Amino acid sequence: MTHQTTPGTLAPAGTVDHRPRRSGLIRILRRLARHRSGRIGGAAVLVIILMAAFGSLLVPYAPLKIDMAHRLLPPGASHWFGTDELGRDLLSRVIFGARYLLLVGVYSTAIAFGGGVLLGLLAVAGGGWTDMLVMRLVDIMLAFPYVLLLLAIIAALGPSLTTAMVAVGIAGIPGYARLVRGEALSVREREYVDAMRVLGAGTLRITLGTILPSILPALVIYTSYVMPLAVLSASALSFLGLGAQPPLPEWGAMLVSSRSFLATAWWVVAAPGMAIFLSILGLNLFGNALRDVLDPKHS
Amino acid sequence: MTKATSGKTHRADELVTVSGVSAHFAVRSGLLRRRTGTVKAVDGVDLVIRRGETLGLVGESGCGKTTLARTILGLRPADEGEVVFDGHVISQLPPRDLKPLRRHMQLIFQDPYASLDPHATIGRSIRAGLDIHGIGRAAERSAIVADMMNRVGLDPALADRFPHEFSGGQRQRVGIARALVLNPQLVVCDEPVSALDVSIQSQILNLIKDLQADLGLTYLFVSHNLAVVEHVADRVAVMYLGRIVEIADREALFGAPRHPYTQALLAAVPQPDPTHRRTEAPLAGETPSPDVDYQGCRFRGRCPVAIDRCRTQEPELAGPVNGHRTACWRVADGL
Repeated sequence: MTHQTTPGTLAPAGTVDHRPRRSGLIRILRRLARHRSGRIGGAAVLVIILMAAFGSLLVPYAPLKIDMAHRLLPPGASHWFGTDELGRDLLSRVIFGARYLLLVGVYSTAIAFGGGVLLGLLAVAGGGWTDMLVMRLVDIMLAFPYVLLLLAIIAALGPSLTTAMVAVGIAGIPGYARLVRGEALSVREREYVDAMRVLGAGTLRITLGTILPSILPALVIYTSYVMPLAVLSASALSFLGLGAQPPLPEWGAMLVSSRSFLATAWWVVAAPGMAIFLSILGLNLFGNALRDVLDPKHS
Repeated sequence: MTKATSGKTHRADELVTVSGVSAHFAVRSGLLRRRTGTVKAVDGVDLVIRRGETLGLVGESGCGKTTLARTILGLRPADEGEVVFDGHVISQLPPRDLKPLRRHMQLIFQDPYASLDPHATIGRSIRAGLDIHGIGRAAERSAIVADMMNRVGLDPALADRFPHEFSGGQRQRVGIARALVLNPQLVVCDEPVSALDVSIQSQILNLIKDLQADLGLTYLFVSHNLAVVEHVADRVAVMYLGRIVEIADREALFGAPRHPYTQALLAAVPQPDPTHRRTEAPLAGETPSPDVDYQGCRFRGRCPVAIDRCRTQEPELAGPVNGHRTACWRVADGL
């Protein structure tokens, strides 16, 4: 019987080219720059960040300065966006408001991300009863209507911008926890996780060193959905008087205090309203582009 | 560490002794996931792996080869029987107690694409064993990794590359380096070349053989490819539906197979000769489902020489210890 494989020679393998490797982050940024909604959304995000960082240098007027002599001026040369019912410059207030949007977006998403990753990984690593308990807790949180959950947390902590951020963050935890658990369970069955087990790695090392990096792209993609929603929710809370309190130039809060002047001075509502609309649109466009770039299923 | 408790003597040249090992999977169905059946993937296997040898384990897909290999590695508990590795009973050890033994037994995976972490550089993947067992300082670890990369034919300068930058054969070299970096005694090769191009297979097989000579490794070589097994193995065990049906030295098994199943397997190997015509009838029928309880020989339904006795009594492996052993009544009767 002659079923011998042809004896091969040990060829020198590793003949990969030696060009410097382009890091993953730079590759992602380049692909974002080529993506149409990535460019538009990216520009919007950049503008928000610049306004938040250098707002106090850019504003033509102090955002809190009341000037009753010039109240409810329509948009014009001296006040591009007009003035509100207390004579405050709307452009200055809108620029200043960007920092609250960024603050809310980053903090509430960080709370949701951190809490959700912690709970999700705990469920997966613990397994059995731990998994059951954690996921039932998540189910209970998801069973509450979203706004009711927010109201309950604010009722417990008292209304303020910080409370709104915390509430929106906590309300976002169960979504992350579910995503993390699902992704981690599927990654755990991969062979390269088995390989770590064969080498003798413990649960903690496998969970944090192998599983977490593998699910990170999915988490970034989910964050791109969640962050605009978080910003919008916090604005809605401010509008309801449960978030940022006047005279803080948070856009949602600006809408409340001026909404009774809508019939006579449309610009008092248009300025913060358009700011919310455009920034959420920008965040969403940027998120879409990020998904396209990161999600291997789409590229 | 638990020492071998069974009354059997463990000869010094035996690295792994498998006695009466079974591995069962529960079949669950319905809303309450009640246990409605059991698949006996491995059912009463006795096996010895001697130091320094390559034991080939062959059989069709689903015959329990991989499950047996994983049980031997302690990746899943044995439901019956015991696995003794280097004098330690490992089949019932919890993972914590198994960790110090882990570095002595490693696994080379079948699929070089699925078995490497796409988010880790290959240097990090290869170094993982050293990190886990806390071997050496950072500089020493890098030196060990570079040395191992050289041994498997990879340029150490590529350590900071990611798996997607490599071909299948190169990735398998990475997988081999990862398994060998802890300087293990036993290496289980689970179909290490079946996912590779034919042109690459012989390179990897020769690498595996060279490394055995250099590092004094003991291999359990699992494969469904008889040609590959004949190329690398010193002894060969043939598995059918969770049991070993024949085990012998390579020459004896390939030259004078006894069990009807082994004979059928060898006859089914394609011959690289266009004038060759099959003389034996190919095996009829399908492998029966492993979730039923058998009475008698599990091969009898497809066996061309089955007799009444095969229906009622299950044949055990018979023959000289460490010699040519066959589980078949007809062979025992001197067919």
